[in-house]
Amino acid sequence: MDQIGPVVVDGIIYSAWLFIAAVGLTLIYGVMKIVNVTHGSFYALGAYAGASLTGAWLARGYPPMLSYAVLLLAAVLVTLVFAPLIERGLLRFMYAKDEVVILLITYALFLILEDTIKLIWGVDPYFVAEPYALLGSFEVGGLRYPTYNLILVGLALASGGGLAWLLRGTRVGKLLLSVIHDPEMSRAMGVNVGRFYLVTFTFGSMLAAIGGSFTAPTVSVVPGLGVDVIVLSFAVVVIGGLGSVPGAALGAVIVGLARSASVHYMPQVELFVIYSVMAMVLAFRPRGLFSIAEPRRI
Amino acid sequence: MAVILDARGVNKSFGAVTAAAEINAAIEADSVVGLIGTNGAGKTTFINMITGYLKPDSGSIHYEGRDITALAPRQITRLGILRSFQVPQLYSSLNVRENMLIALGIMLHNAGRGGFFSRSRARPNVPGHDAPAEEVAERILERFGLAEYREKNAQVLPGGVRKLLDIALTLAAKPRVLLLDEPTSGVSAEEKFAIMEMVMKAMKAEGVTVIFVEHDMEVVSRFAERVLAFYDGRIIADAPPEVALGDPDVRRYVVGGELRRMDERAARA
Amino acid sequence: MPSVLGATLAAVIVGGPLLPQWALFILTIAFAQGLVALGLMLLLRAGLVSFGQALYYCIGAYTAGGLARAFNVSDVFLQMIAGAATSALAAFVLGFLLAKYRGIFFGLLSLALSMILYGLIVKSEALGSTDGLNIAQSTLFGVRPASAWVRYAVAVAAAFAGIGAAYLVHRFLETPLGRLGPAIKDNEIRVEYMGASVRHAIHVKYVIAATLAGVGGALAATTVGHIDPEMAYWTTSGEFIFITILAGTGSVLAPFLGALLFGAIHTLAYDLSPHTWQMSLGTALLLVIVFLPEGLWSLFARRRAG
Repeated sequence: MDQIGPVVVDGIIYSAWLFIAAVGLTLIYGVMKIVNVTHGSFYALGAYAGASLTGAWLARGYPPMLSYAVLLLAAVLVTLVFAPLIERGLLRFMYAKDEVVILLITYALFLILEDTIKLIWGVDPYFVAEPYALLGSFEVGGLRYPTYNLILVGLALASGGGLAWLLRGTRVGKLLLSVIHDPEMSRAMGVNVGRFYLVTFTFGSMLAAIGGSFTAPTVSVVPGLGVDVIVLSFAVVVIGGLGSVPGAALGAVIVGLARSASVHYMPQVELFVIYSVMAMVLAFRPRGLFSIAEPRRI
Repeated sequence: MAVILDARGVNKSFGAVTAAAEINAAIEADSVVGLIGTNGAGKTTFINMITGYLKPDSGSIHYEGRDITALAPRQITRLGILRSFQVPQLYSSLNVRENMLIALGIMLHNAGRGGFFSRSRARPNVPGHDAPAEEVAERILERFGLAEYREKNAQVLPGGVRKLLDIALTLAAKPRVLLLDEPTSGVSAEEKFAIMEMVMKAMKAEGVTVIFVEHDMEVVSRFAERVLAFYDGRIIADAPPEVALGDPDVRRYVVGGELRRMDERAARA
Repeated sequence: MPSVLGATLAAVIVGGPLLPQWALFILTIAFAQGLVALGLMLLLRAGLVSFGQALYYCIGAYTAGGLARAFNVSDVFLQMIAGAATSALAAFVLGFLLAKYRGIFFGLLSLALSMILYGLIVKSEALGSTDGLNIAQSTLFGVRPASAWVRYAVAVAAAFAGIGAAYLVHRFLETPLGRLGPAIKDNEIRVEYMGASVRHAIHVKYVIAATLAGVGGALAATTVGHIDPEMAYWTTSGEFIFITILAGTGSVLAPFLGALLFGAIHTLAYDLSPHTWQMSLGTALLLVIVFLPEGLWSLFARRRAG
């Protein structure tokens, strides 16, 4: 039972990462009703941009403590380049189509972006570990954890809290809620639904990019980085409920703890557990644990 | 005449709303019954309970002597009770002929004919009809005056034609009882009578008992042999149209202004 | 149609020996993937897109692999039959759940199920984990062909399986149950109101699709000589969907031609430029979805009709 400490700490750290990775996906579904496969691409774009820009920054001898700001900036910039292009240039003409068709379109975009990343950054791995090592480590229950992981937790809390405040506490948030519930009616009331879609898509993708960017210092950034993230994000979002931000948090915690527990106690079932929970939620509570999506269930 | 459909003591509530209160109605075979009443009076609930999509809280419904209250909608359909829809339910990506062929195909499927293990060149007869699907389709379309629209996509049909097709499709299943849900709603005034003429002629020829819900009292008085007036979940009148439509309660709770207009028109004529 | 299918089979048997080994390989894989796509086409006609057909592809492959390694059965026909049986059984059970879902939820649930299998295999040492397992060379009816003839023999077996399946599906599509697909996609409620069970229809089609995928998986396993968990991964399901969309639902031949085209593009584009072939795929998919929603087959059909 002295494993509980590490299981919980690992679980929380992994949950934080999952939340950042997945919350943008659920936001985009909630507002635009599209399942966005390019979400994984933005994660990868963020990772590559973060790694390459931070690597360049550090190579020039600039203050390493500012590398965290560079990671953030890199994610923001790369999203601002690609997201509006995708939404305005292609997606906005497709909204009338069936949701499965739109998913396939985002899948096609994902394939294109996978190679775009290779063309821009090449195929060699990027390994920029300094920001990860810089902050030292802290101790919990006799085990050392890199302090860097707290940044992930911090980011998760900030984005979750920020979104909650945005949706409930601001005028913009209320307009967003009306767009979520009835785009036609909102449009008829003079809300610029198109602009909301653009902003939501950009912001949701940016969250994925930030997730990727801040993960970059902890891994070797290689092509195909986004592929696992997509399907894990789907699992988190489905468990919590498509379109629900608190749902994404709950889903992230469940998947994070489940994974952490299996890694510590029975590693063979790690992935099995995650996707089984996803399947069970779909089978017994298809709406997820908090949801606005109405599953077509006969 | 024999009673084909019998509702006894049927009750249904949705929370505080009483949709059916001690409904008793014995429908005779081959008759034409009109159901009238304002929205929310219980007509649609009644139809939904007959077709099995709603279960009564108490009471029972009998069809040809058999208790069908607890049966699933699919089973009730297979026994010969069909309905049409207020908003025509068509296969909008197919043309009129294909729509009919799908309906007939379902009949074949339900009867286990023409399946994978039958001879590939066989063209089995559609159960209840005595010809293969293509011929029966043509026959039914002719009967409803839809033959000229054969190749037209269901989506582009005019409103009245869509209604006719929706009703024609039910004939594929050889119904014994047909429930028509507002057959002339959304149809232009000139077309209403023509459509009902065609439908009633076809139904009489097939020996189908027709129960139709209508808001247009002229249609009701012209085509119904008997009228059941609903109000607040109860049947407040059960009589031939002239009597029912003249009933003071019916006038107050159901018909209101419309009948006044009819009287005025009759007085001027 | 039967004549076209017969002609194709004859072409493979007669023309096969003239083809180089790599071409026979691509042809065989095209039949394997085409089988999966044929099943997907059946579901697509009913309005359902499965994001997890790789589940049955993998079950078929690992069944074949298991048979080969544990029981020394390397006969390609037995492997295909076994793959079909295990997939059909799995789909029969899972179908009770899945037939209740539509749209995105059907897709996501099928995805989850395939990822469960992936997760199981990846972490299982007994099943070879991420490295996968190798399978011995195929035999046919107890005969081990000479090295130079193995590819040809397997290709002919694949052709029999693929074309046989195409014929069976073609006949199925002419039955009332087979014709229900477009009706279900169009107006499910009407179908129910006419007394047919939509759930039953979908369950049947799901099992058929899974069986086809199982045969395809077994075939792929024996052709490649190697099985690995990637066969259950979502990207594999994505490839099958790609082939189905590319080909369109217009004919039972379309999925096979689509698979052949996919194989050709994959090989050529990859040789030309390994780092842009996914981009080519993605672009092709996008163009087809936007401009040719009925798939490439619709071009062919249009020319024949008009």
